[in-house]
Amino acid sequence: MNNLNIRTAEDVVIRFSGDSGDGMQLTGTLFSDTSALLGNGISTFPDYPAEIRAPQGTVAGVSGFQVHFGSHPVDNPGDYCDVLVAMNPAALKANRRWLKHSATVILDGDSLTEENLRRAGFATEDPIAELGLEEYNVVMPAITSMTREALAATGLDHKSIVKCKNMFALGICFFMFDRPEEHAKSYLTSKFAKKNPVIAEANILAIEAGYNYAANTHSFANTYVAPAHLEKGIYRSINGNVATAWGFIAASEKSGRPLFCGSYPITPATVILEELAKHKELGVKTVQAEDEIAGICTSIGAAFAGNLAVTTTSGPGLSLKSEALGLAVMAELPLVVVDVQRGGPSTGLPTKTEQSDLMQALYGRNGECPAVVVAASSPSDCFHYAFTAAKIAMEHMTPVVLLTDGFIANGSEPWRIPSMCDYPEIVPPIVEEAPEGGFMPYARNEKLARGWAFPGKKGLEHRIGGLEKDALRGSISHDPANHQKMVRTRAEKVARVADYIPEQELFGAEDADLLVVGWGGTRGHLHTAVEQLQREGRSIALAHFNYINPLPRNAEQLLRSFSKVVVCELNEGQFASYLRQEFEGLHLEQFNKTEGQPFTIVELKDKFNELLNK
Amino acid sequence: MEYKYTPADFKSDQEVRWCPGCGDHAILNAVQRALPEIADALDIPHHKFTFVSGIGCSSRFIYYMRTFGFHTIHGRANAVATGVKVANPDLSVWVMTGDGDSLAIGGNHFIHAIRRNVNLNVVLFNNEIYGLTKGQYSPTSKLGKVTKTSPYGTVEKPFNPGELVIGARGTFFARSVDMEVMLTKECLVEGAKHDGMSVTEVLQNCVIFNDKTHALFAGDKATRAEHTITLRHGEKMLFGAERNKGLVFENMRLKVVTVGEDGYTMDDVLTHDAHTEDTTLHSMLAAMKYPEYPVALGVIRSVKDAAVYDQKVAAQVEEVRSASKIKCVDDLLRSGETWEI
Repeated sequence: MNNLNIRTAEDVVIRFSGDSGDGMQLTGTLFSDTSALLGNGISTFPDYPAEIRAPQGTVAGVSGFQVHFGSHPVDNPGDYCDVLVAMNPAALKANRRWLKHSATVILDGDSLTEENLRRAGFATEDPIAELGLEEYNVVMPAITSMTREALAATGLDHKSIVKCKNMFALGICFFMFDRPEEHAKSYLTSKFAKKNPVIAEANILAIEAGYNYAANTHSFANTYVAPAHLEKGIYRSINGNVATAWGFIAASEKSGRPLFCGSYPITPATVILEELAKHKELGVKTVQAEDEIAGICTSIGAAFAGNLAVTTTSGPGLSLKSEALGLAVMAELPLVVVDVQRGGPSTGLPTKTEQSDLMQALYGRNGECPAVVVAASSPSDCFHYAFTAAKIAMEHMTPVVLLTDGFIANGSEPWRIPSMCDYPEIVPPIVEEAPEGGFMPYARNEKLARGWAFPGKKGLEHRIGGLEKDALRGSISHDPANHQKMVRTRAEKVARVADYIPEQELFGAEDADLLVVGWGGTRGHLHTAVEQLQREGRSIALAHFNYINPLPRNAEQLLRSFSKVVVCELNEGQFASYLRQEFEGLHLEQFNKTEGQPFTIVELKDKFNELLNK
Repeated sequence: MEYKYTPADFKSDQEVRWCPGCGDHAILNAVQRALPEIADALDIPHHKFTFVSGIGCSSRFIYYMRTFGFHTIHGRANAVATGVKVANPDLSVWVMTGDGDSLAIGGNHFIHAIRRNVNLNVVLFNNEIYGLTKGQYSPTSKLGKVTKTSPYGTVEKPFNPGELVIGARGTFFARSVDMEVMLTKECLVEGAKHDGMSVTEVLQNCVIFNDKTHALFAGDKATRAEHTITLRHGEKMLFGAERNKGLVFENMRLKVVTVGEDGYTMDDVLTHDAHTEDTTLHSMLAAMKYPEYPVALGVIRSVKDAAVYDQKVAAQVEEVRSASKIKCVDDLLRSGETWEI
């Protein structure tokens, strides 16, 4: 191994990019999992087109996977990359703007054909000059042909061999950052064990060939990134969608209520349904419904029948579920609706991230129709907030909308595995038998939750539905005073959840010159930007919200105690508008972005500096 | 077990608010008579009966039953009921719905519940009109029907619910007429006994907005005897006051003949086989229209099919559970690749 040229680094960002069929997601995942196993802090960001096999060689068809690893806990996937792996000229062009000034570019030299250059929209035969990359460390190994040579003896056909070129690139990166190959090899072996062991062998050979090539050519610096000082414990890598699914399974265990998920596949939420469908061993029932409406309606039926019911979707699906969500509010049944937000409106940007469904989650229903709204803020804390959303739904007998987004849903990070004994019990107000005087379906407890009396319980036969109900008996009521009472009771029930959620935390000093406010999936970027500025001596603090409706009890006092507040969100100002409505007279600056991309640390710091200097 | 319930055990304290003369009263009567029989036949105690409905006159039904009931939203009863049944397959789940609710706004859920063969009992009230919104045409209104939204007559053809059910590979379809309470009850009991989704269409009269829509063939007892045929598995397909008319199969079509005329004998008359998986004849029987044919009543199709959705879902859970090493969430969290720091 080549140890002549070792540097150390605290942070490295690598972006793997190629055609959407080039296997970039797998390459990136293997690299990040390997790094996680070494104890690095990790955050990843898959960025892929909506098409499964977008037109080959075009800029629109480029699929990317960015991994940020470091010798400290990492909570964002990084803005700009230190290393760009580009499998073709289109990938180079698409990612030109994400290069750090000192970046190394690894471009497959074999891909520089006239055809590929034309497809990528280059005017000349020199993409390096055309993109102004002369000053960068651009290496153009003949990845395709070297892979072909290395795998010639496998007996595989040409097409299968060329498919392994992503593993050759992975081998180069393994050398550059001194990563062991074992994890990738064992993954590939088990993945192809049954289907085709020769494919596994070929991929492994390609990794080795790439590694050896890099070690022999001295074209690449060898960089060491020390393990992070993470809290002791057992870790695993997890993405937001899987964490969400597991959070619900945990809530099912803690409540003793079987888990039911009725859903319809939709990007980027589908993985939650897929993950839940795997775990029948823990009693999970999934129904892949005929449409979004049936997704939520089957779940409402399951909630009526006594299950922990969830339904998962993304923006357009939430629109379709609106009417049924109103029914769950009216029937006062526990239900969690997960909205993995993506770029909108309409079909919008299915594979890109955004936070623009907030108003829909809060208000997108007919009538006075309050629901609890909670937002997760990192891939791994989706577990916690899914659990919490389910707990609130069942204990308060109300629908809860859990907002995540494409960025944290697809992104992954190492997660210190919790012990279920550290999680609270969930105690829904289940009615076992009729009290003296008969069962009153809309009688309430101190949380204003009504009793959950599911079919099959003797003596508790009752009727519920979408028509306004008598405040006690639950029979249909058109009485004006009763409707008024029920409207306010439903609102108060949701408001009262504030007594059961934690106070809003503040990261930074109470007398900071600037308070940054965010919510949901932007936490990693906001936290990093604020922390860096704090280290640079700036007077800045962060309040990052997870509980949206109701807001934490101390939110108003906290927001009013800062003279300068900026609300940052990946929409055009929905949370800011909501805060202004809730807290009259609050003056808020805004920083908004709707490019389908996360914030960058650089742009956040620029904005905060500008506000601090004002 | 014998519960010896009476219809009164299933009557709620709510005042029944359908219009006087509405066919729904008769259906309510039939259901309340059917449940005691079903409870005993299938060992279902009172608290396991659960009624789910959508929106429309038919869907008010659940308030009049002293059972668990869920009056949901327009068109979604079949989806909600699917969730109830999958969550707890032990319940006897009934869907009360109409031609607008299940064939228009809820058409998708209707055909997919049938396709999945969820063990629900669906009672489809077909009055060929929107009643609760005061008289607009429905997906079963006859072509040319003049209504408030079709003042010059409709220009769209209606669904035949039976063809739709059978086309979606339904395993049970029966048809009755609101006034024939005993026949409706018989269909409902058979439907409940059927393992899988049962759909019983009840031709129902809306006395206000579509009076006598079924009267040509179902108006009174004498008319019904001549213009409808009540099918029973294993019995000859005979009808008429003198039971001398029959159905024969000729030139790939059904044909009405009179036994003893034109050389047709009793041997030529078809025997009803409700249990055959083949949909051809069931479809033809369901599609029969007056006046060319008598309208088919009774259990037209009742096919055993082991693939009952809610049971399959539950069985798969048990199968995977018994084979898996993961027994609790702590096991799940530690499954697959982990590392220690």
